[in-house]
Amino acid sequence: MAEANIQNKNNLFQLSPEGKEFVQGELSRYENKYSAIIPCLYRCQKENQGWVSPACIRYLSQIMEIPEAHIWEVAKFYTMFNKEPVGRLHIQVCCNISCALNGGRELADHLCQTYSLNAGEVSSDGMLTISRVECLGSCGTAPMMQINESYHENLNPEKAEQIINELRAKYGS
Amino acid sequence: MEVKLLTEHYHRPEYRKLSGYKLYGGYQVLAKALQMEPKTIIEEVKASGLRGRGGAGFPTGMKWGFLPSNHEPRYLLCNADEGEPGTFKDRLMMEKAPHQLIEGMIISAYAIGSQKSYIYVRGEYFDSIRILREALAEAYKAGLLGKKILGSNFSHDMDVYSGAGAYICGEETGMISSLEGLKGQPKLKPPFPALQGYLKKPTIVNNVETLAAVVPIVRDGAKVYRQNGTEKSPGTKLFSVSGNVVRPGNYEVPLGLPLKELIFGICGGLKPGRKLKAVIPGGSSAPVLTAEEALRAHLDYESLAQMGTMLGSGAVIVIDDSHCMVDLLGVIAHFYHHESCGQCTPCREGTGWIDKILHSILSGQGRLQDIHLLERVSEHMMGKTICALSDAAAMPVLSFVNKFREEFEFYVREGRSKVRGVSHAQM
Repeated sequence: MAEANIQNKNNLFQLSPEGKEFVQGELSRYENKYSAIIPCLYRCQKENQGWVSPACIRYLSQIMEIPEAHIWEVAKFYTMFNKEPVGRLHIQVCCNISCALNGGRELADHLCQTYSLNAGEVSSDGMLTISRVECLGSCGTAPMMQINESYHENLNPEKAEQIINELRAKYGS
Repeated sequence: MEVKLLTEHYHRPEYRKLSGYKLYGGYQVLAKALQMEPKTIIEEVKASGLRGRGGAGFPTGMKWGFLPSNHEPRYLLCNADEGEPGTFKDRLMMEKAPHQLIEGMIISAYAIGSQKSYIYVRGEYFDSIRILREALAEAYKAGLLGKKILGSNFSHDMDVYSGAGAYICGEETGMISSLEGLKGQPKLKPPFPALQGYLKKPTIVNNVETLAAVVPIVRDGAKVYRQNGTEKSPGTKLFSVSGNVVRPGNYEVPLGLPLKELIFGICGGLKPGRKLKAVIPGGSSAPVLTAEEALRAHLDYESLAQMGTMLGSGAVIVIDDSHCMVDLLGVIAHFYHHESCGQCTPCREGTGWIDKILHSILSGQGRLQDIHLLERVSEHMMGKTICALSDAAAMPVLSFVNKFREEFEFYVREGRSKVRGVSHAQM
């Protein structure tokens, strides 16, 4: 997968037929077509192994008829668009105040150590990325982590590892 | 004591669906509202004294009153970009009772004469977004949205829009920029959104909890709504309690409740053997209260303002004596630096400086004059920028340093935390 991503950097990107249809729908959904940029970036990210590559932006610029620079501007402003490749499981550990009061930072350190990764790095098998992130609005159930689109709350190191290992087995197969 | 005006049925799983919501009176208030004059609804909301539940606490009816009185198209935006650290109440409301929000929004839209609304939800709330989309589909199918709602002459369309991870989009003009497909940078006011908002059209931006509260206000009338809360802060409010309490969570209580009762009564107090050290009463940007102050604080807009802090979004962050205030301020400062949109120099540079100075203190490299520098930088960030993020970043710094100065001085002098005994570098 790492190879595919490198290829992607230089290569062309194209959405699936459903993805193209989605873009056309979004372009006419809002009062102004620029509002479609965020939803379409999400779509590209989904179809591009979890990140928005330069090729994705170029492609969107062409089919949306919006300058590349503007799409870049939007993509770079928001943290949820990954501008670098991420693992298939993107583990985001909240380190903001309520989680910090309940061991969130220690949890992030523990996971980085356990899986021998620096924060933000992709594991060699392309499976994992661990990021330290800001408040995710799950403060009453701290500490917590988000993996892809799901929240996992009231964690301790053992529980977090167990969740990651199970997902890794599931996604790896 | 909890008073569940909005949250009464949240424990019922069926409440999330249209059929379940209807079992408990759902959409009956909308039917009633559509028989009323829009003006009457606005007057009722004004009379209720409802204030914005997102953080600023601005009177809702007054905000609606700023709209021009012509028939120009206007938009209603629901601010569901819940991002103030410590806040998780809107997520609960959207996940447990999406139709309550939708009903409140249709009534509000009818009152202000809006044909189109958006719910702008923070991108990480995938579940909330999915649940709201399902609820909207149900509402359209049942004729509660779209053309001629419930056989009336009122038509309204509603859509959900997902943000993409930017705290600043919780600021209303930042949210408007984001919805317009731009970077989510705030715009200079005036013109206020009520006159020139989304696509330069009149726009009202209200928080999730504010819009949901319109339902009981229209149902029971302002007088009944005012039976809870204080004279100037009427009604109930959801508080998100987090940090070092036994039972963290969301609790709906009448405004004016003693903070002590929330922490030690409802939330079961602190963990055994721990003492209360400090409380941040309204999200991480609210100035911190010492334990002594917290014990005499009341949860309403006025009394917290009198104590030099704010009710904010209602995020109560409880800190026990095992935590180092220098360390915690480091966490907060890092956040605001990360989230500054970069538009205004005092904020972009100031948040960066604060983050760097604290980092240096926390790694044992601090100098005594750094504490003074923190204060000076913060003072120069207040009231000098387009939006309130700069102030939000400066207020915690000033209050932490001012109220826990001794801990900061110890850290600088000894190169380690007074509480933990070591510095970040030694950990």
